[in-house]
Amino acid sequence: MNLLTVSGSPHVHSDQSLKKIMWGVVIAMVPAMLVSFWYFGLPAIIITLTAVISCLVFEYLIQKYLLKQNPTITDGSAIITGMLLAFNVPSSLPLWQMVIGALVAIGIAKMSYGGLGKNPFNPALVGRVFLLISFPVDMTLWPLPKPVWTMVDAITGPTSLGILKEGVAKGDTVSQLASQLPSLQDLFIGGIGGSLGEVSAAAIILGGLYMIFRKIITWHIPVSFIATVAIFTGIMWQINPEHYINPMFHLLAGGLMLGAIFMATDMVTSPMTYKGMIIYGIGCGVLTVLIRLWGSYPEGVSFAILIMNAVTPLINKGFKPKRFGEVVK
Amino acid sequence: MNQVLIYSIIALGSIGAVSAIILYFVAQKFKVIEDPKIDEVADKLPGANCGGCGFAGCRNFAEAIVKAGNMDNLNCPVGGNSLIKEVAPILGIVAVEKDPQIAVVRCSGSKANAPQKAEYDSASTCVFAHSLFAGESGCPHGCLGLGDCVVSCKFDAIYIDEITGLPVVSNEKCVACGACVKACPRTIIEIRNKNKKDRRIFVSCINQEKGAVAKKNCEVACIGCGKCVKVCSFEAIILKNNLAYIDYTKCTLCRKCVEECPTHAINELNFPPRKPKAEKTESVIAE
Amino acid sequence: MKTFKIGGVHPEENKLASNSAIEVLPIPQKVCIPITQHLGAPSTLVVEKGGIVKVGQLLAKADAFICANVHSSVSGKILKIDTVTDTSGYRKTSIFIDVEGDEWEESIDKSQNIVKEIKLSKEEIIAKIKDMGIVGLGGATFPTHVKLMVPQGKKADVLIINGVECEPYLTSDHRVMLEKAEEMLVGVSILMKGLGVEKAMIGIENNKTDAISHLHNIASGFKGIEVHALKVKYPQGAEKQLIKALIHREVPAGKLPIEVGCVVSNAGTAFAVYEAIQKNKPLFERVVTVTGKSVKKPSNFMVRMGVTVNELIEKAGGLPEDTGKVISGGPMMGKSLNSLEVPVVKGTSGILIMTQKESKRVEIQNCIRCGKCITVCPMGLEPYLLAQVAENANFETAENERVMDCIECGSCHYTCPSGRPLLDYLRVGKNKVGQIIRNRANN
Repeated sequence: MNLLTVSGSPHVHSDQSLKKIMWGVVIAMVPAMLVSFWYFGLPAIIITLTAVISCLVFEYLIQKYLLKQNPTITDGSAIITGMLLAFNVPSSLPLWQMVIGALVAIGIAKMSYGGLGKNPFNPALVGRVFLLISFPVDMTLWPLPKPVWTMVDAITGPTSLGILKEGVAKGDTVSQLASQLPSLQDLFIGGIGGSLGEVSAAAIILGGLYMIFRKIITWHIPVSFIATVAIFTGIMWQINPEHYINPMFHLLAGGLMLGAIFMATDMVTSPMTYKGMIIYGIGCGVLTVLIRLWGSYPEGVSFAILIMNAVTPLINKGFKPKRFGEVVK
Repeated sequence: MNQVLIYSIIALGSIGAVSAIILYFVAQKFKVIEDPKIDEVADKLPGANCGGCGFAGCRNFAEAIVKAGNMDNLNCPVGGNSLIKEVAPILGIVAVEKDPQIAVVRCSGSKANAPQKAEYDSASTCVFAHSLFAGESGCPHGCLGLGDCVVSCKFDAIYIDEITGLPVVSNEKCVACGACVKACPRTIIEIRNKNKKDRRIFVSCINQEKGAVAKKNCEVACIGCGKCVKVCSFEAIILKNNLAYIDYTKCTLCRKCVEECPTHAINELNFPPRKPKAEKTESVIAE
Repeated sequence: MKTFKIGGVHPEENKLASNSAIEVLPIPQKVCIPITQHLGAPSTLVVEKGGIVKVGQLLAKADAFICANVHSSVSGKILKIDTVTDTSGYRKTSIFIDVEGDEWEESIDKSQNIVKEIKLSKEEIIAKIKDMGIVGLGGATFPTHVKLMVPQGKKADVLIINGVECEPYLTSDHRVMLEKAEEMLVGVSILMKGLGVEKAMIGIENNKTDAISHLHNIASGFKGIEVHALKVKYPQGAEKQLIKALIHREVPAGKLPIEVGCVVSNAGTAFAVYEAIQKNKPLFERVVTVTGKSVKKPSNFMVRMGVTVNELIEKAGGLPEDTGKVISGGPMMGKSLNSLEVPVVKGTSGILIMTQKESKRVEIQNCIRCGKCITVCPMGLEPYLLAQVAENANFETAENERVMDCIECGSCHYTCPSGRPLLDYLRVGKNKVGQIIRNRANN
């Protein structure tokens, strides 16, 4: 007879596991990934593969040889970082820059803090911002969608937000720019210029609904983030419709959907209580709009989320769950 | 261009000077008057802030020394006797040396001596295992081998031996700070005298159960038979609650009790091997 | 349907033995009865080696305030007073008896007819409950007579009976409520009189619909007893959560239910109270569920105290080959045993056998700060934080973050996707902070 096992209770475990959560997120990202392959062709596939493989390789090497721990690449977190990183860059990005982005995302933003669960900043966003600041030209050349099944260079142009920002800075009114901007329908489905993952709001929303259905994320962060942006830009639009474009445009253009549904909801870097999540979402929304309307960058989602990541520990401290039997003094 | 340079130097220079003056006066106003001896004593201390003296840091220990005026009840295990010699002149007293000490693990319940009777599958900390059950061997006083002592040691002086599953204390690195003594939930580790050539003799068991019960769980348990007490000519051994204990201040390291013990519960460390008299098995733990 | 608001999980119910009627086991050949089977101060031995005892005879008496009497469950000769490993994992003093015949104390009424009339006064009831050694049979084994003694300045207005049995696998309360419903309700009336209240509420989880309707019918013949169905959610059977669900009052942190005017007692305890008061029968036997996916015959046995777990398992079809853990209690809060020679005591509600595969804990990975542990904690705590500060021995923070509020239900540990041993470290934190608080009070 075998020896009896002695352990502390509980002696059963739910079917929750890290693997399920990670692979659930990967599946949620598949629609957006397929859309990017459709619109941007072979370069998109190659960039995505490069990003994912680089992330896996770097994580394995750093864990095994630098940190001397057992490599944990099978938990799926490096794959998610790789895919999100690829979603954040244009399909024309040189591959060596993608590899550097992966190194920064995994090596600096994740491993140097201790690995999974210990990083204060979203690794994919850190990688993306690093690339943006280091290679500003390559990171702001956005290929227009045209399925290119070879490595021939695609035609590039600015994003919708880019057009808006430059136009308004020059003094054009919104109605004058309207002809250059894509329609709301185009913004929703995709088929516009932009980074790999952000072009199709529809695909991202689909992924988000899947994650909510699987109980991987809750509605709190995406809804508060998006609602704040809608309300803030809506107010500004009401004040001066010729200077500020309508809120629907803001919701669908740029990386808002991608950021609100996949980046801001990253469990490790976002608050843990529902109240905290809503404050976090509102903060992200306010900062995004401030940068979009009055900052020098056309897109503010990445910076907004990174800043709120820094505030997360404070939010966790300030917004504790309601205790049972709280003695009201 | 030169104008900009000059104006910058003047502006920043004046800010610096004004700040320095303000800081000087503030430092003077809020100065804490301290006995200068505290600084002198603190200088001599190792500065590791290990807590081995029982105080929160070397600075606090220095304050305590100066306040007491002597080091009779104050011990810095890291500094040892050389520290006492250095501090004594500052305090204006004669140095009194103390015996060097070391942490001693009083359990020989290795995987071989105390075979596994149940499998533990929970948090890897002795504190939790102790609250959960008696242990994999069944002995409620035996070492659990999960390494809380190792984690607590700031001098890297203790490690768990792979084969025996018991902690091993390094003669050279241990400074007898007592962290492992506090960390062990079963008070298995004790600070004892180091003696010349690092030799020591101790009862490697703290089991207070009746002899038959203790022996069932571990081959080398102390069964409280009292033979060691009878054979000791220096009255260094006390028998209480089915357990023998050797007083290290009285022990002369004659080793008679080690030979006498029927279960080999008494360990001798760092002695030369005996001349083979009769067939005898050596104590299980080697250093 | 009524339920508690914060937290909760839904483990698989696996009520394998819920249809097995209570089987009275034959008299064992020997027993070993620990002298302390309750929460509180240890009892004092009043017999010695070689003594002859009868069923129901006093073996150890309560000398302190929070203490309980222990009675013999068999008749025979005391073989020795020695130690035996109990559910704490350590050896405790017990009385070993060689059984001879089945001679009961003369005062005990062995008849089966139900006595409804309660002849004793409030004070007499409390005194007799103490005499008969009744303790909480839900698992906490708190002496019942102490619970009924309301401290000065506090008042009770309702008695709550815990028929929830939220732990998976366990079915002993279910069977008692089905088969001994009327006796149990008389017991509830006795407890009501002992406490001095006019109203009692019985809470039962909605996976025991037969018990709910059966008790509902019979309770109509009793004054002031209501039966309520509760939503199936663990840990509905936890005292504070039960009170919140039934009467919407929250017991303040660090205080007892009497603070909000109620006392909670287990359904099995109510039945034991009936037998004690109406039949002069001390507590020496109880219903124990023996269950598990690999057990041949999941059953509910009426067992005399002192029978070893080994014997019980034999009666349920023998220990399966592929056994990994044997647990005293349910899978969420039960204690895994390190030996099968552990005796059945007043707090043994069930014996659960788990296969090797079921017993293996999941792999431990880094905390990903998903916050699921916070969502499921019924006390509104932050288990990830408490476990981390306890692991780092930062007990001051642990105390400030209310680690002492933890009811050790295990919901956090059950849920954690990274498989972190949260409850293990929470317990370390509670132990240490408890010590610190006691030291502070003594100084």
